[in-house]
Amino acid sequence: MISLLLILLPLLSGIITFFIKKEAGARAWSLLAAIATFVVAIVAFTCYNNTASLSFSAPWMGILNSSFAIKADGMGAMLCMLTALSFPLIFISTWTTSYKKAHNFLGLMLLTQAGLMGVFLAMDALLFYFFWELALIPVYFICSQWGNEKRIKVTFKFFIYTFIGSLLMLIGILYIYSQTNSFAIDAFYNASLSSQQQMWVFWLFFVAFAIKMPIFPLHTWQPDAYEQSPTAATMVLSGIMVKMGVLGLLRWLLPVLPIASYSWGDTVSTMAVIGIIYASLIAFQQNDMKRLVAYSSIAHIGLMCVAVFSETQSSIQGTLFQMFAHGINILGMWIIVEIIERKFGTRKMNELGGIAKKAPALTIFFFVIAFANIALPLTNAFVGEFLMFNGILGSPVTQYGVAFMVAAGTGVILGAVYTLKMGRQVFLGKTNSRTEQGTDIVFHEKAILCVIVATIIITGVYPQHLLHSLEDITNSILHKSDVLPLLKTMKQ
Amino acid sequence: MNALVLSAIFGVVMMFSGVVFKRNASIKATGIIAMIVLLLVNCMEMGNIKFFKFDVSAFMVFNDYALFFNSIAIFATLVYLVLTSAEMEKVGRNLAEYFALIFFIIAGITLTTSFTSLLTLFLGIEIISIPLYILTGSDKRNLKSNEAALKYFLMGSFSTGIMLMGIALIYGSQGSFSIDAMNFSAAAKTPNLHIAGMLFLLFAMSFKASVAPFHFWTPDVYDGAPTVFTSFMATIVKAAVFIGFVRLFGGAFGKLESTWSLWVAVMIAATLFVGNITAVFQQSVKRMLSYSSIAQAGFLLFGVYVMNEAGREGLLIYSAAYCLATIGIFAVLSKMTDYSFEGFNGLAKHQPLLAFTTTICLLSLAGIPLTAGFLGKFYMLKAAVSNGGNLWLVIFAVVMAAVSVYYYFRVIQAMYFKDGPVQSVAATPLEKYTLLIVCVLIILIGVFPNVFLNWLYFSR
Repeated sequence: MISLLLILLPLLSGIITFFIKKEAGARAWSLLAAIATFVVAIVAFTCYNNTASLSFSAPWMGILNSSFAIKADGMGAMLCMLTALSFPLIFISTWTTSYKKAHNFLGLMLLTQAGLMGVFLAMDALLFYFFWELALIPVYFICSQWGNEKRIKVTFKFFIYTFIGSLLMLIGILYIYSQTNSFAIDAFYNASLSSQQQMWVFWLFFVAFAIKMPIFPLHTWQPDAYEQSPTAATMVLSGIMVKMGVLGLLRWLLPVLPIASYSWGDTVSTMAVIGIIYASLIAFQQNDMKRLVAYSSIAHIGLMCVAVFSETQSSIQGTLFQMFAHGINILGMWIIVEIIERKFGTRKMNELGGIAKKAPALTIFFFVIAFANIALPLTNAFVGEFLMFNGILGSPVTQYGVAFMVAAGTGVILGAVYTLKMGRQVFLGKTNSRTEQGTDIVFHEKAILCVIVATIIITGVYPQHLLHSLEDITNSILHKSDVLPLLKTMKQ
Repeated sequence: MNALVLSAIFGVVMMFSGVVFKRNASIKATGIIAMIVLLLVNCMEMGNIKFFKFDVSAFMVFNDYALFFNSIAIFATLVYLVLTSAEMEKVGRNLAEYFALIFFIIAGITLTTSFTSLLTLFLGIEIISIPLYILTGSDKRNLKSNEAALKYFLMGSFSTGIMLMGIALIYGSQGSFSIDAMNFSAAAKTPNLHIAGMLFLLFAMSFKASVAPFHFWTPDVYDGAPTVFTSFMATIVKAAVFIGFVRLFGGAFGKLESTWSLWVAVMIAATLFVGNITAVFQQSVKRMLSYSSIAQAGFLLFGVYVMNEAGREGLLIYSAAYCLATIGIFAVLSKMTDYSFEGFNGLAKHQPLLAFTTTICLLSLAGIPLTAGFLGKFYMLKAAVSNGGNLWLVIFAVVMAAVSVYYYFRVIQAMYFKDGPVQSVAATPLEKYTLLIVCVLIILIGVFPNVFLNWLYFSR
């Protein structure tokens, strides 16, 4: 029941926000709603441990055998927590950014949050599809209304991309439904399609998730969309929304179509690895900070994709952990980009420089987050990436584990290079006319960056708690997607 | 039966109302009240209260499916009249006649949706078509309207001829007009006669439903006709023709499915392709909507193609969703001075409510979840997938659905993200509330289709 509150709270408060015409009132109200959701999430995932109170089911479309079933398993809880934590931070960090008709902007943001929560909690394929789209529509309006110059075209590209993907997924869902006659997730897990059917249904699902993540070569919408969107929306897109794709792989693809996931695993991993190196090389060339972070995000997500298809406990747990870590890190990155853009009026790296002298606190925060982004030990991403690499190397389902690991490792090294290059160009060196007048960050900015840095270091030094909460779901995913015994019997 | 008899009577009443009433407002009120009465008596018949007890079972059977669709059609017409009767006055001086013709069309629709004899189908289709020819040309001083009417009339009569030929051939092969008495067995020695007849009927119905490659009249006629009547033609009439289509091919030619299913599949693909791709290149919203109506016909045709229960239910939801949404958009469009996409620029600023309702209608047409349009598409795809063996068509259909997003969203973009001059779009409060009700219905059907479909199940 309490998990239903996680969807309803942002949904209703979002609708109310549309009617608060005063900007200050709308901002206060939406922040309050986001904090309330955060509190509910904390209460839900710390005080309630039994699954009964975290799940909710009501009849919905009886004729279609679809029900409004939501449940917070380990993965859902972690992602809901990430969402609930991110939104207050986003609202505070953009507190002084001015938006025309702020109440509409904030209302749409809260609707997005409701959609995202729904995607993470849905345990019914049709419901999942509904929320999958519901999360997209408000983002479309946010980005087209409040984005930069080329926003309409770019956002439209993004929308059409994801819409085609989700329609293909709909066919996949309908195809499995035609075999099971139920949309419930357990029915999907027990669908046991023949391997021939799985082989092509796999792609219907995978294309949808790959577009969202994004995986090479379906990533072309992403850098443009990140660049042109208002930064608050970029935070949501890159911090939380890409996790929809990874969640889709882990919850709706691997366990539902295990044989196909095994057979196509190498193909998909190859695509992801190409994406990692390709994106890293392009990131290296970027001058715009937003584009650089966007490409680095493609590389990080690509690594998660490889890890998912390695199908070992270490890699899956690492992916889950990294989903949280990446969400926090990239959020921190965007907050800093937003602050710099607001203070100095540009995101071009060659126009910046020497900020360290003018804004030491900002610089310290940036470097901690940058270290987390390149997975230095003691930061959260180190734990995740270490587990993922460990899993990829020891993967029993692919022969090319070493090759994937070497290629993905190259990506990580390149990641360090371009991230530090950005640090050097923007923060170190001499000040120029643009950065001369710079001032350091103020209290509320320090506070949210403190929260992010604290999360990075705490989960980096003591990951045990989070890892433990992800253990059950990892085992259950692996158990359902384990095809090796099946293949052995087939060979005999 | 209730609706059939009363709509014919009301048609005559409306014709004379022009003589009795001098003011348009009274005519409008009479028409709308008559339509409400019509809706009520049709709902009564669903509840098994029949006023007229003639034995017509040889010609038509008013089963639940037909009655349910008639309710949808009459309700949609009611919404249509409330929304656009003000614009109808501006077309010409003969408001009473327009209302009368619309009532006659409703009579034709009830015939078309509940026929069991091919002759009744022919009558129904003709009763629909002839008033439409007149309505198309009702803007007498407009050359485009005249051209459209003549074109429609010539092409329409030609297809009627083909239809009659088809019926004659079927009669020759079967010795009966009744669709229940048709007995096509694969072992028949000379199937050519009825296969030829069936194809003639397929072509004629495709023409009436504007299915490619028989769609060429559609854009010109829809564009030339006064916008208020385009709205009626493109929605309610088209949906009714599809109900007749399904009845004909499910009932009479069901056993010959292997013969025609490939034809229909190719026609679906062609319709979707032509409709969507051409709509992308239109500069006028009205023309875009004509092509979009062709594209939507492609999805409606799935109901004919799949031949299962889900497809028939899907046809109901789809037609309800499509009619409501398109009527809503046309209602706003008919108030605009500039029909191009640029004409919609900045509408959200000056008329937030109209822009909002148009957006909901467009989202529904594009098939975005939480709207009725999504559920219609969902049902059609579900029916097609569970039918099996035609996944290429399903995948093609969703790719085309994604294309349709492009041109529907162009209107949304114009309204919300672009600036434009202040438009003098005057909508009365009644029209605004009706539009809001339409939006609420679209979302309600999209979220709780049970409420809608249960009518169908309970009345059984």
